[in-house]
Amino acid sequence: MGRIEEKFNELKATGKKALVVYLTAGDPDLEKTREFVLAMDRAGVDICEIGVPFSDPTADGPIIQAASQRALKGGANLRKILKMIKKIRNISQIPIVLFGYYNPIYSYGNRKFAAAARDAGVDGILVVDLPPEESEELKIYTDPLGMDFISLIAPTTSNARIEEIVNNASGFLYYISITGVTGTAKPSVENVKADIKRIRRLSNLPVVVGFGITSPEQAGQIAPLADGVVIGSAIVKMIEKNSSEKNLLQIVSSFAMEVKKAIS
Amino acid sequence: MQKRLPDKHGHFGIFGGRYAAETLMPALIEMEEAYRKAQKDKTFQAEFNYYLKQYAGRETPLYFARRLTEKLGGAKIYLKREDLNHTGSHKLNNTLGQALLAKRMGKNRVIAETGAGQHGVATATVAALFGMACHIFMGKEDIRRQAPNVFRMKILGAEVVPVASGTATLKDAMNEAMRQWVSRVRDTFYVIGTTAGPHPYPMMVRNFQSVIGREAKRQILKGEGRLPDFLIACVGGGSNAMGLFYPFRKDLQVRMIGVEAAGYGLDTGKHAASISAGSIGVLHGNRTYLLQDEYGQVHDAHSIAAGLDYPGVGPEHAYFSQSGRARYVAVKDDEAMEAFRVLSQCEGIIPAMESSHAVAYALKLAPELSKNKIIIINLSGRGDKDAEVVAEKMGV
Repeated sequence: MGRIEEKFNELKATGKKALVVYLTAGDPDLEKTREFVLAMDRAGVDICEIGVPFSDPTADGPIIQAASQRALKGGANLRKILKMIKKIRNISQIPIVLFGYYNPIYSYGNRKFAAAARDAGVDGILVVDLPPEESEELKIYTDPLGMDFISLIAPTTSNARIEEIVNNASGFLYYISITGVTGTAKPSVENVKADIKRIRRLSNLPVVVGFGITSPEQAGQIAPLADGVVIGSAIVKMIEKNSSEKNLLQIVSSFAMEVKKAIS
Repeated sequence: MQKRLPDKHGHFGIFGGRYAAETLMPALIEMEEAYRKAQKDKTFQAEFNYYLKQYAGRETPLYFARRLTEKLGGAKIYLKREDLNHTGSHKLNNTLGQALLAKRMGKNRVIAETGAGQHGVATATVAALFGMACHIFMGKEDIRRQAPNVFRMKILGAEVVPVASGTATLKDAMNEAMRQWVSRVRDTFYVIGTTAGPHPYPMMVRNFQSVIGREAKRQILKGEGRLPDFLIACVGGGSNAMGLFYPFRKDLQVRMIGVEAAGYGLDTGKHAASISAGSIGVLHGNRTYLLQDEYGQVHDAHSIAAGLDYPGVGPEHAYFSQSGRARYVAVKDDEAMEAFRVLSQCEGIIPAMESSHAVAYALKLAPELSKNKIIIINLSGRGDKDAEVVAEKMGV
């Protein structure tokens, strides 16, 4: 059993919801990202999504766009990010999902990437622009290594398509709570509720909700509808705003703890 | 027997496809289905042809450039006069098609990206024609260098949205248009201006632009009684080139040459020649040749022609290059500038800086060929929009 499945089993057994935190790797630098992940683990975050910065992040709003630009300027790349994750694994067993766009992976080489990611201790991958129609070319390398292929479901996704997607997915399903890019709108609880119901009828995989959740209150409203929530842009923004603060780690950790409390 | 391309998932060999976020996938599938139906619908085709003729002013002439031919002393040169289309370039062929499709799909709001502004103007034009709301995304840098087209779009009633993210040029405008589309996918139709983007765009844009090649074929057969030996067209994303090439693809005696922008030179790193000097990657929904670093981060392109300033290329061009059906070369900024001057002063036709790249390659090729050879250059747009930049450089 992989770390992701184990984590959801553990949460289910105790009736808890998952808190998933997204961090852009390399913002402000990779050493800081490593420290953030460890701090998130200590703060009770259940799963970390580590964002691989890309020059053309078409599914992201302004906050993550800017973070990606900063990370790239600082010299972050997939090879260094995997190295950083390997270092995390010396200390922490928090489930890690690599989140990003296809081109940096494709450029690394799909076969080589799968082996290196497994070796680094990556548990799952979420490639935003790799829908089921195109994902086979990567999955043939990542599936045999037991890496989860996390798939996105949007409000616009039809039931027929959800079936196709869940057949192709493992680990958990990521429900995009808004028709928009990351961190740009508030999800409507009613819509989320209806869509999760739709998904549940077609799959037994855990469902987490993300793309528009920015506050503990919102997380507290959404979490009961699903198996977990993702906080991304809100954390990335907080890191940017407080980047010169000495107690940056503490600030980010307390926010994570607040969210965790709100969904417990 | 050649297979019909693209395949059902939009692949041209290993190129193309539909690498898009899930939020867009249903919209792309809906669009593809609507397009396939429209393609078979005689009413849609009749309507499209009506607007091409009565509104765009087609067909455009295939003009024999006698003075240029004599000056170069080699092959006969014909110009396919897309610059005479309404709005001044070939772009209107495609925007008319897509706007009619949008109307058919009940979408009353169109968005588009633009680099040089030609596609933006062509989109704003059809939005005015069909009474649609229109938002054009344009890099801040391009807004500065293509001011006349910005005014035209505004006069036509479109809202021009400046894009400051990334490098503030065409690729960032396209990123922003995609983000906007994701956010308003239910009521909005994204009019992509070139043969790139996720399936069905490369196929759809190619088909709408193929009117160029179909006319040229008919015209040259009528005028010369035979097919041409060479087709030459500039390639940024590649819509004018594909429009000319596609109807000739099975006529293997016709050689097709796509001219990319070599900017300051291929060895300087400041160019837009994705096929000549790029590598394979995935951007804006399709696999193709890209300008990128070793980590898969996409570079900025550079060209004096804003319309060629794109770090990718249409997937079918990538396929034509790999299969050898077409050949791709690159022409530098200063060579294009010289061709701009030569054509203006030799034929009284001021070409767009983009099209000047195709002319520049013809200036090299024609003198090497015998007089019984025939070249068709796609003169994809007129050069009024470039007058300011050229005047500055020529010291006029």
